This record gives sequence, structure tokens and C-alpha cells, in this order.
Amino acid sequence: MAEAAGAGRDQRAGEPLRNLRVAQRAIGAGVWAVAFASALLFCPARLVAQTDCLACHGDASMTDANGHSIAVDGKVFGDSIHGSLKCNDCHTNIKEYPHPEQVAKVECKNCHADQAASLAGSVHADAKDHPCTSCHGSAHKIFPKTDSRSAVYPLNVPNTCGQCHSGDGMAKKHGLPSVYPKYMDSIHGFALSKEGLLVAANCQSCHGSHHILSHKDPQSPTFKANIPQTCGKCHAKINDEYMGGAHGKGIAKGDNKAPVCTDCHTAHEILQPTEAEFRMQSTPICGSCHTDKLSTYRDTFHSQLGSLGGYVETARCWDCHGAHEILPASDPRSPVNKANLVKTCGACHKGANISFVQYQPHANAHDRKLNPEIYFVRLFMNLLLAGVLTFFIIHTILWLIRARYNQIKEKSNGGGKDA
Amino acid sequence: MPDLEQATITATQAPAKGRYFTRFTHEQRYMHAVLFSTFLGLAGTGLPLRFSESIWARGLAKGVGGFGAILFFHKLCAVVLTIAFLLHVKEIFQQGILHRQKGIFWGPTSMVANWKDVKDLVSHLRWFVGLGKRPQFDRYAYWEKFDYWAVFWGMIVIGFSGYAMWFAPFFAHFLPGWALNAVLVIHSEEGLLAILFIFSIHFVNTHLRPDSFPMDMVVFTGVESEEEFKHKRPLEYERLSREGKLEARLGEAPQTWLVNFSRAVGTIAIVIGLTLLVLTLTAYFS
Repeated sequence: MAEAAGAGRDQRAGEPLRNLRVAQRAIGAGVWAVAFASALLFCPARLVAQTDCLACHGDASMTDANGHSIAVDGKVFGDSIHGSLKCNDCHTNIKEYPHPEQVAKVECKNCHADQAASLAGSVHADAKDHPCTSCHGSAHKIFPKTDSRSAVYPLNVPNTCGQCHSGDGMAKKHGLPSVYPKYMDSIHGFALSKEGLLVAANCQSCHGSHHILSHKDPQSPTFKANIPQTCGKCHAKINDEYMGGAHGKGIAKGDNKAPVCTDCHTAHEILQPTEAEFRMQSTPICGSCHTDKLSTYRDTFHSQLGSLGGYVETARCWDCHGAHEILPASDPRSPVNKANLVKTCGACHKGANISFVQYQPHANAHDRKLNPEIYFVRLFMNLLLAGVLTFFIIHTILWLIRARYNQIKEKSNGGGKDA
Repeated sequence: MPDLEQATITATQAPAKGRYFTRFTHEQRYMHAVLFSTFLGLAGTGLPLRFSESIWARGLAKGVGGFGAILFFHKLCAVVLTIAFLLHVKEIFQQGILHRQKGIFWGPTSMVANWKDVKDLVSHLRWFVGLGKRPQFDRYAYWEKFDYWAVFWGMIVIGFSGYAMWFAPFFAHFLPGWALNAVLVIHSEEGLLAILFIFSIHFVNTHLRPDSFPMDMVVFTGVESEEEFKHKRPLEYERLSREGKLEARLGEAPQTWLVNFSRAVGTIAIVIGLTLLVLTLTAYFS
């Protein structure tokens, strides 16, 4: 019995229901025999208690005509959230034994009307599998979400959603990205799977549960403009900082070009920002909007060092500009405000002084008006390089031709090595 | 450059191979060895920085453990080269100023350019295109002097700008703010020039041209054959004969192991150099 329950827990979420539906046609020869035998014993009788049904369905090996299990583990069901209900509270068309061949589809919404209404408007509304058991697990093994046996217990949610939203799952059929493995490797996924943190964000923390909407829907918690608020449910302080910065103000004004949390941190594969990998990938993200700043940054030592990796300390955009509360340089609170530069640069450069911070991290050697000194230094160096190389390349080529010519001539004259 | 009168006089030689004459002292050969090995090290670690966006730069960085390892090796080579440079300057100062040795700052044995170098350059160019006779060179030809001064100037410029970046907060005390930006431009452009020059012009002029192909061994073995000496530097040969100093320059024929060793080292250096040249050019034009 316990073994059967264990196996049943691993079943695909939709199966039990499918089994029940299949049971409509399922009362095949074997089952008929059992039913007939039972009929002899009990004759037509009203079904009132679980035990009545379990007399047959308690047999773990019980299957329908197609071989699907129609067994119910009475003990597990008794423990489950619906354990106090009678079977025909859900299987409403079964009043007596023997019951009809057709078993009506169980309508959860008869009791759970609010959830059913939420679900009806969600992206999962048109699911072909039973929408409730797909997530809540086997119909006879539904536990409260605070119970670790529940498929929607926080630590089980990613696995439950991942049944479809992973590489070879349902998501692939619908052309959705495979987010489950990304999530599992993220800082949230690690907190959940390795540390077992119940407060770690799982799928439903951001997407909701019954009323899941597309990120394109302005009502969705994952709609771009709503993301700061969604992440801010946990990251409250960072959300406050973000909303005070240039990007947060942009979003608040309805400027959807401004980046939100997920633009930098990504939605699912969220990395620890101190990790080399995150530091390596982040600069181009800022640069995708701030293209001119990226190109001038690329010319600096910071970028040259940074691009090579293994040296994660090298200044990236947010090391100087701040990460969440990004303020214009004119704001006295900005780390790149003139008054704060010694402190900002000094975070890495010990001994930074007023003169040192005159360094321009975005100098443009091609802009004569903005950076005349650097412009002319570059021009001089380029001319020197081009001049020296041009002269000597011509000199060397001519020399090579002439020397070879002489060598061949000397040889044909019977002379030795001479040129 | 340093007079070679004190070079070891060795009468023994392999008569069958002809006579060999000393061109470079041990110190000069060691100096060249230190120079080219640190230069290869600096180029190999500097180029990935200059072209940090390229695939090979990132591959190399990943292979050696990231930028930290590259920077460490770059600085190590820089310090060794700086010491070598300072020893060289000290040598010139001692010989030319303290000991008042002749021929350091002027004359046919000096590295300092003179009017003859200008005339040599013009007539050499004329000879290239068939407009005159090949000029006769003394101890150091004009392109050799250019090589020397290019490296001399290069070490000052690249060294100074490199140390300015290494110790930026210190240099900021007496450099204007924009100079901290400019030093990177100077360092990388001058470094690029040095790399392109050495790995193309110097390699060809000194080693790969038909006269010396595939490699001029004199800087490795210190000696060259009489035939080569007469052919490449007839004026020096004549001058030494005239002054009776030729015998003093007689050297031993290089031993086989030294020739083979030098050839191996030289080949490795040239292969590394040409590889870096190709990588530089591909990165520069992509």
C-alpha cells in the first residue's frame, strides 16, 4: 500500500484525473467480474462512506480497461485536505453501487469558485489537462500548501511548474522558454533547493498562482512596469532606492525604456551580483541603452581589464554610478558627483586624491572639443605609428627586392653570397 | 657604443672555416637576450589587454587564470626590463662620462646619428631603385641606430606611461588630470608601434633579409665570419685594419651547441613574434 502511494506521488499530475475519466469506459471484463461479485454481496446499496468505495478502489492493483490505475490509497486520502469528504462529494454522479459506467468530470469549482474564476482568466485557462490537479497533484493526495507533501508547498512549487516549464515539457510545445533549469541555477533557486528557505522566491511569488497573466498584460505582476513592485515585495529597501533613482523615476513616469530589475538581473537565472559571471555580463546590459558611454568606457583601462575576466574588482558601470539609486552627476548624493569622487574612486584606488579624480572614465579621444589634450596625444601617437611604419615598410620592401635581385645576379655570375 | 678593444683575444680558430670577429660583448648579448625575452613577455601580455575584446585575448586570459595573472607577468617583465635599461644607462654614463671613453657619443662606433647616416639613408634608398651604388657602412648602420633609439625612446615613453598607470594616485600628485587618460593612449599606441616595428621591420631588416636569412646569429654568438664582416661593414673592417686593431677583435668560431641553441631560441622568438604580429593585425583590422 505504502509502496503504491509512493509510486502514485511520482505520477504526472494529470494522470489520476485522466484515469478517472478513462474509468467512464473502464469497467471492462475484469472489473465487471469484481463488480458482479460485489453486487452479489451488497446488492444495490447507497454509497455513504469512503470505505464503501475503498472496498474496491482500495486495491492498489485496480486498473481500468486501459490499464490505468483507479486505485485510491485510503490512508493518504484520509490525511489529505479532502480526507473528511465523501467520495461522491466530488464524484457527484455516483450515488449508489454498482455505479454507472460514465463517471462525471470532477468540478473543483463547485467548492473553489473564486480560484476557478481566477484561473479562467489566466494563461492556463485553456489547459487540456485538468487545470487543478496539474498543479495541486494527484486528486486524492491534495494537501494544504503549508504541508511539505503538497505539490504547491513553497519548496515543491518549482518542481511542479517545472513539469511543464522545462526543456522537454509542455513549454516546448508552446514555444515558451525553458525557465525551470535557469531558475534552479539562480540565487533564488539555490536558496530554495539548497537551503530550503521557505521565503525564497519561487514561481508563484512573482507570477501569482491561479490568476497567472502574460507579462504583456498590464495587470500582470511580471508586466515591465509592475516588476519593481513585484520584486519589492521582498526587496523592499532596494525597491525604495530604485524608485528614487533615474530608472525608477522613468518607470513611474511611464517610460518603459527605463530598465527594471529583470533587465539587469534577468528574470529567472538571477546571479549573485558579486559573481564574476554577473560582473562580466552586466556592462553590455547598461550599454545597450547608454551606447555612447559604453564605447568610451571600452577605451579605458577599466574595460580592458574587465573584459578579460578573473579580475572582477575592475570598475563596472554601477561600481561608480550606483546600482539601484542611480542619480545624475549633478545630484550631490550621486557617487559620481564631483564632491564624492575621491570617496568613490578611493573605494578601489587607495590614495586617490583631488588630482587623481580628474581622470575621466569616459574620455573620448576622438572628440576634439570635449577632450582636446587626449585628442591631440592620440593624433600624435597615431601619426608617429603610421609614419614610422609606412616609411620602414616601403624601405624594407624595396630593400628585400633589391637584395634578392643582387643575390640572384651574383649567383648567376658565379659569385658567392653577396648583395 | 662600447669599444670592443677589451674583448677577449683568442688566437685559436678553425682555419678551415675562416676567421671570426667579435661584434658583441657578452654583456651586450645578455642585454639583448633580456631585452627580447622581456619584450616578448610584455607584448604577449600587453596585446590581450590592448585587444581585450578579441576571442584570443579572452581565451588566453582564461587559460592563464584571468587578467590578474596577465597583469602580474606584464609587471614582472616590466620591472626586469626597467632594471636592464637602467643598467645600460649606467654603463653609458660610466664609460662615456666618468671614464671619458672615446666613441660613445660620437664617431664611427657611436650609436648617435651623424651626417653620414643621413647620406647613407639617401644613397641606400637610391641603390634600392637602381640609382646608385650600395653605400658602405661602419660599425652601426643607420637602421640599426634607428632600432636602438626606437627602443630607447620606446622604453622611456612606455615605461613612464606604464608606471604612471601602475602608481596612478602617486603620479596624480604632479600630473594633470587628463594625463591619467593620456598615459593609456600613449602606452598602448607606443606599445603597438614597438610590437609592429620589432615583429615586422626589425625581424626582416636584421634576420630575414637575404643577407642574413633565416637569422643573423651575431647577437647570439657574438661573432661573425670575416666574409660577413667585410660584406656588411666594410668601413669598420677597413678602419680596424688601418688602425691595426683588427687582430684584437679576432674571436673564436662559435661552438656547434651555441649555434644550435641560438638558432632554437631565435626561431622560438621569431615564431612568437610573428604569431603576435598576426594576432595584432587580425584584431586591429576586425
